[in-house]
Amino acid sequence: MVEVQGIRFRYGSEGPNMDFPDFACEMGERMLLLGNSGTGKTTLLHLLCGILRPEAGTLRVAGRDLRAASDRELDVWRGSELGIVFQQAHFVQSLTVAENLALPHQLTQGTVPAEVLDRMNAMLDRLGIAHRANARPHELSVGEQQRASIARALLHQPSVVFADEPTSALDDHNAEAVMDILDREAADATLVVVTHDQRLKDRYAKCVTLKHAHA
Amino acid sequence: MKLGLFYQAARNVRSKPLQTALSLALLAFGVGMVSLMLLTEKQVNDAFERNIKDIDLVLGAKGSPLQLILANVYHIDAPTGNILQAEAEKVLKHPYIASGIPLAYGDNHEGYRIVGTEHAYVAHYDGSLAEGRLWDAPFEVTLGARVADNLGMGLGDTFYSAHGLTDQTDVHTDKTFTVVGILEPSGSVMDQLILTPMESIWNVHAHEGEVIDPATREITAMLLKKRNPLAVLTIPNVLRETNMQVALPAIEVNRMTQQFGLGTSALRAIAMLIMALSFASIFISVLDNLRARRHELALMRTLGGTPSTLYRLLLLEGGLLSVAGTLLGLGLSRAGLVVLGKVVESEFHYDLATLALLPSEGVLAGAAVAVGLLAAAVPAAGSLRLDISKTLREA
Repeated sequence: MVEVQGIRFRYGSEGPNMDFPDFACEMGERMLLLGNSGTGKTTLLHLLCGILRPEAGTLRVAGRDLRAASDRELDVWRGSELGIVFQQAHFVQSLTVAENLALPHQLTQGTVPAEVLDRMNAMLDRLGIAHRANARPHELSVGEQQRASIARALLHQPSVVFADEPTSALDDHNAEAVMDILDREAADATLVVVTHDQRLKDRYAKCVTLKHAHA
Repeated sequence: MKLGLFYQAARNVRSKPLQTALSLALLAFGVGMVSLMLLTEKQVNDAFERNIKDIDLVLGAKGSPLQLILANVYHIDAPTGNILQAEAEKVLKHPYIASGIPLAYGDNHEGYRIVGTEHAYVAHYDGSLAEGRLWDAPFEVTLGARVADNLGMGLGDTFYSAHGLTDQTDVHTDKTFTVVGILEPSGSVMDQLILTPMESIWNVHAHEGEVIDPATREITAMLLKKRNPLAVLTIPNVLRETNMQVALPAIEVNRMTQQFGLGTSALRAIAMLIMALSFASIFISVLDNLRARRHELALMRTLGGTPSTLYRLLLLEGGLLSVAGTLLGLGLSRAGLVVLGKVVESEFHYDLATLALLPSEGVLAGAAVAVGLLAAAVPAAGSLRLDISKTLREA
């Protein structure tokens, strides 16, 4: 489901080469990409999401060869096959929480089917923010925003979910709660958590530690 | 759930009310000013054209030729004076003159001029009767459609005239005018006149039993139709030693509109400047949106949005502002025309309140929307070059 082999990347033509360890994560599996600052966590996440393109190596995610796909194919693929939970929750501020959650469907399919709305309501209910569905994102607390961000990443039932530092700003209790939500809501998906948070290192059996990426 | 690009664009535009209001106000004001000028120019020109209809020369007392035309063709100015009927009829008999319609006036009723003339005046403007008949005897009147409508007068109604063209103080209560007919609307100056025989005008100021010597009868003007084009050159020479003059309506109106033209050109330039500012405002609005919302736009790319989607979204936001501002402007111009129409109606009894969209306004609206879209298209192109990774890292 996620296959990384010999990938190399550099920013611009003058930037240093960045090499990343090989790893694979099967369908439905959970894994941790653990690394300190400067180890290229965000760069690797952007490579895995098809936002950046590697110069060499094999990179397959959700059945797609990311080096071979066109930009447009990757745009649509991200919206339909991937779920991304960002470190800081980003939203389209002019839309309501519910509209933000439905946005991937709208952008990739041009419509929001009724069953998605039913699923959205159930998910918001489980996450305890159903009453905030029609609120604007800035009206939510940080915790509510994070839960809404998780809901948006999972509502379209992606096959692979990437979570970028989902617990970095949380205390132990809330970090545990967020990870429980992620595990529960992404039960059918492959989940890759990219983090420097050492509290998570024993959470999954599979953990790849990133060293300094520059060659 | 409605979440199409149009909906998103509308929500984005509404989420910045001050910026949106500024862009809308500037565009609406610019489009409104140009539209109002187009509407008034068209309607004033139409009114001038309609009323000139086949009048080649206007004979009247010496003075300003333009005043002679405005007073006797359009009835929006005071006459230059009176001339003797006998002298005017000499000119009418000139071989270069085909026909003439005399006009005599100096009184009014409720601000509407009472004009002594012949039935040929009604025929000249293709007038037809809505009810009753044309005047025959002195003090019988046939009302223009607007006069009857605005004063609520009907057949058999009577009234007194007041001395002067607008004044209501010096009323001739010893002479009663009777309405014997009402004309259909003709779209000409006739709609706002009270028509009566020449004798009414002469007799209204005569004392009881006084007989006016035909040799001293005066008229205000005579509308002439030439038989020979040389009349334009010859007749002024014929009148050189008299107290009369002839004016050419086409030339005087042309001169006047050229003078107006300087003013309207300046106004149009100001309106264009305001429109240019509004386009700059749309440009800045979209550019500002691109900068302020670059994280949102990068996010949309991670959620399945393509560069083309983002570009169309920003373009649509500029388009919405352009269309809304243009429609608002066209609405404003109509509101302005209604206000202006009331003033013109009150002062000159002319109707300027035709609110239909002019073809030139269609061009104006199309151009405003197109330039507005262009003003949005340039900054929106930045969304096509958005570096998602860099933008997300900076968040």
